[in-house]
Amino acid sequence: MATPKPRVKLPKTASAGEIITIKTLISHQMESGQRKDKNGDPIPRQIINKFSCEFNGKPVFSCDIDPAISANPYFEFSAKVAESGTFKFSWVDDDGSVYEHEAGIEVK
Amino acid sequence: MKNRYATVGLGAVLAFATALPAAAEPVDDALVIDGQTMTVRTAAPEGHPFDEVLSGWLFREAETRELEADSFQNPGMLYVDLGAEIWNTVDGTMGKSCATCHDDAADTMKGIAANYPKWDADAKRPINIELQIDKCRVENMGAEAYKFDAADQKALTTYIKHQSLGTPVAVDLSQGELQTWWDRGKDIYYTRTGQLNFACASCHEANSGQRIRADHLSQGQANGFPTYRLKQANMVSLHNRFRGCIRDTRAEFPKAFSDELMALEVYVTWRGTGLSVETPAVRQ
Repeated sequence: MATPKPRVKLPKTASAGEIITIKTLISHQMESGQRKDKNGDPIPRQIINKFSCEFNGKPVFSCDIDPAISANPYFEFSAKVAESGTFKFSWVDDDGSVYEHEAGIEVK
Repeated sequence: MKNRYATVGLGAVLAFATALPAAAEPVDDALVIDGQTMTVRTAAPEGHPFDEVLSGWLFREAETRELEADSFQNPGMLYVDLGAEIWNTVDGTMGKSCATCHDDAADTMKGIAANYPKWDADAKRPINIELQIDKCRVENMGAEAYKFDAADQKALTTYIKHQSLGTPVAVDLSQGELQTWWDRGKDIYYTRTGQLNFACASCHEANSGQRIRADHLSQGQANGFPTYRLKQANMVSLHNRFRGCIRDTRAEFPKAFSDELMALEVYVTWRGTGLSVETPAVRQ
């Protein structure tokens, strides 16, 4: 499995107070820990267990993720933007890795 | 175990016998990806058993259709990105990547995959995208051929075929002996195999549009492959799907890229003539 790669989609510009839609997707196999390999040994769990989004350091959205979520988790949510700034997204892996992505938005 | 299989088999046969006509027609909907309208319904070529060829997209649930229509939500696009990385990565003893010779795939590969499989005059057999990649790797890059369904093979094939998104499928059967292989593929398509005694045509022609248990039978088109299958949460290659289908009839299934499956690929691809390449399509 290659290194998980996040994809994020949000508008580059918005008017003050506008509610925008943010879409995120990350490649990840989301191994549930319930499966067994060819020898009958359990395949260890490895999932992304937490996703969060901040705007200029303030939390916007976050959630815990459990093993029933399928591979390549997709999240879509809304946010109200009052000022220009940067959205910071992070995905926390069971192995401790954190995959991060940033996207700026300009308020006109 | 034996008993359980016998019961399932009977169930599948009963499902055919009692399928209600017109219970599940394909939808009439337009597929637009990034502003580009795909041909999902078109007049069949001469000699085709149907009047109209239909994309498998029309047979899927609304939620699945929506996933393919949004190139951001489409999980197959992750593998397109991965394929783009492989395209630019040097491999093999000659220090070359795909991009060394072929530059930007967006230009050089545009529309190319819609005309595959083609005739390979060196090997004297049809060649598809996967085999073309291998040929290039072995002859021009000094790299090894991919193992069937290796993650990199699927991603690179997906990336190359994606450059033809929207281009209508058109196989030129006048090349070499491709017509002979088409004939052979047609034979295979109509030959019943396995304990269930099904041919490809049993499901995808005679009962297309019906349900086989929970599954809505499409025309079995190849235009969206490699396709993102939600069931596997991964890309599925055409030869993997062929083998899966034949396995489900409980027959012995041929090896990927074997003569049988290459002939079938030529014929099945032709059956989708005129449909847009949808790679990466999203299916159930």
